[in-house]
Amino acid sequence: MGEISRECKLEMLYKMMLIRAFEKQAEKLFMKNLVHGTMHLSIGEEAVPVGSIFAAEKTDYITSTHRGHGHMIAKGGDIRKMFAEFLGKETGYCHGRGGSMHIADFSLGNLGANGVVGAGIPIATGAALALKMKKRKDIVLTFFGDGAANEGTFYESLNMAAIWKLPEVFICENNMYAMSSPVSKFVPTQNISDRASAFGIPGITVDGMDVIAIYEVVREAVKRAREGKGPTFIEAKTYRYRGHSKSDKNLYRTKVEIEEWKKKDPIIRFIKKATESGEIDDEKIEKIRKDVAKDIEEGVKFALNSPEPSTDALLEYVYAEEGEEQ
Amino acid sequence: MRVITYKEALREAIIEKMREDDENVFMMGEDIGVYGGAFGLSLGMLEEFGPERILDTPMSEASFVGVGVGAAIMGMRPIVEIMFSDFLTFGADQIINQAAKLRFMTGGQLKMPLVVRAPQGSGAGAAAQHSQNIEAWLLNIPGIKIVVPSNPYDAKGLLKSSIEDDNTVIFLEHKLLYSMKGEVPEEDYRVPLGKSKVVRSGKDATIVATSIMVKRSLEAAEILGKEGIQVEIIDLRTLKPLDLSPVIESVKKTHRLLVVYEGCITGGIGGEVISQVAESEAFLYLDAPPFRLGGLDVPIAYNLNLERKTTPQTEDIVSKVKEIVGGDWYARISRDA
Repeated sequence: MGEISRECKLEMLYKMMLIRAFEKQAEKLFMKNLVHGTMHLSIGEEAVPVGSIFAAEKTDYITSTHRGHGHMIAKGGDIRKMFAEFLGKETGYCHGRGGSMHIADFSLGNLGANGVVGAGIPIATGAALALKMKKRKDIVLTFFGDGAANEGTFYESLNMAAIWKLPEVFICENNMYAMSSPVSKFVPTQNISDRASAFGIPGITVDGMDVIAIYEVVREAVKRAREGKGPTFIEAKTYRYRGHSKSDKNLYRTKVEIEEWKKKDPIIRFIKKATESGEIDDEKIEKIRKDVAKDIEEGVKFALNSPEPSTDALLEYVYAEEGEEQ
Repeated sequence: MRVITYKEALREAIIEKMREDDENVFMMGEDIGVYGGAFGLSLGMLEEFGPERILDTPMSEASFVGVGVGAAIMGMRPIVEIMFSDFLTFGADQIINQAAKLRFMTGGQLKMPLVVRAPQGSGAGAAAQHSQNIEAWLLNIPGIKIVVPSNPYDAKGLLKSSIEDDNTVIFLEHKLLYSMKGEVPEEDYRVPLGKSKVVRSGKDATIVATSIMVKRSLEAAEILGKEGIQVEIIDLRTLKPLDLSPVIESVKKTHRLLVVYEGCITGGIGGEVISQVAESEAFLYLDAPPFRLGGLDVPIAYNLNLERKTTPQTEDIVSKVKEIVGGDWYARISRDA
């Protein structure tokens, strides 16, 4: 596992477990009818946000997707504010205006999840352009899925990032399905990363169930971006165990397929490898489990006890007022 | 006072803001560098500001509008040029779903100091995909502002205010007005967004107009004046926020209202202005139904006569005002009944 420190690895495990626990809890709240809207779970995909975001600096930026809980948690998101937003509370990240699909935390460099597939990619490219113009050393990671890789914005943005050598890393979370459509139906090549060659930039496909493998390729891409050498396109092949959203009846895949992917589970696999190498023992894993459980418990409690937003304040946030501080 | 064109006034606004705020203000769009943009508005700016700040983009409106959004949330003040407003359809998601909504959806975590400039309007023989008025599409998007300047003075003052605004401003210039001359002071000034203006006083009827229709309404007013009809004209200047208080005051005085606009008549600014006036105290003062004079519900044709027929011309405004003031409208609607 190379140069990654043990502390860092423990932190990565903690984040992956936290993402999974958050989403399992979100699902429970949903089943209990406590959630007004929809949700898109990323259970099974945790290695991609964690490996990628750990490979960048805390001061770097990300744009996220409708399936974005993992990105926010990996970026250091506050579990309490996330649950509160999920429940539409005033104390949530967006004061109940956005819900699960629009969680953002500008103070942490998460420029926002996005409900429109492919729409976050040009925004990330614009953020990268701004960083370059301001001569800052920070970079932008933009996350999107295999579905978004068929949107025009993906090609246009990749092109602009390439011609302008922007400090950006394009990370495609290929979870094998765009809603119900298998990648094989809409992508004519084996790897989506092949598309990078059309823009003269590196395109890499990585095992999206291996957090360390992801960390390593993203680390290289981040370095390249920071050195002003331009963008990299990384495709991480991963899998979502749950359906696309709450309406999904899993009509397009088999249980056998899901079970096959679960054998590659990123958390189990990481624990096994790290235990074998002696970097992690049962005691440490147990501690992480307890910490995660505590975070979740506190988060849910906070959210449930939080007030609803005032309907009198509905028109707030539509326009910025003159002279307002941000 | 010094006289310059509408286009020159817009150029000055951009140049002065780019000099003043050299860290944040920049312009991007198709062929705006060496070529100076399709209408030559940015001609020569490349030499002063360089290719980073006069940024030529590929033909990728769907994404470069988004690049503007991304730069704006990072604190830049991008001025994005769309070559023809008709092509804003490509960038629609980034305007409608992103620029307009991100602040709200994130609970106020960001500002969106983005200006999207686009020339629009008919009269240049450019046919249906290069001549539309698109403001009606934008009117019911909360979170954006819409500016439609009618003269050089306002063009400069409104564009400066737009660049300084912390919200998305869609700035719609009229192609036929680029060559319009008018007085523009050398001194720095602003025209605030969200303030309509009485541009001519009169007692017999109120005309509310936008963009090039202000010019045509003023021409019509001259003709009508010779026939003893004095019209009051109000230039809306910005459609969002919409400032109708001068309109309500005016209708209380004139008792008659006509809204003149170039875009297709159905679902346009005319319906909105009239609804709001009808819901106000001014309703009690009306001596005639409030009327609209808008473009016909047809794509803009190429042929000059067909093109002219599609949108209100000066003579159309004259005859519509006469119908309203002279009472012919009553005979017409009685007949229809």
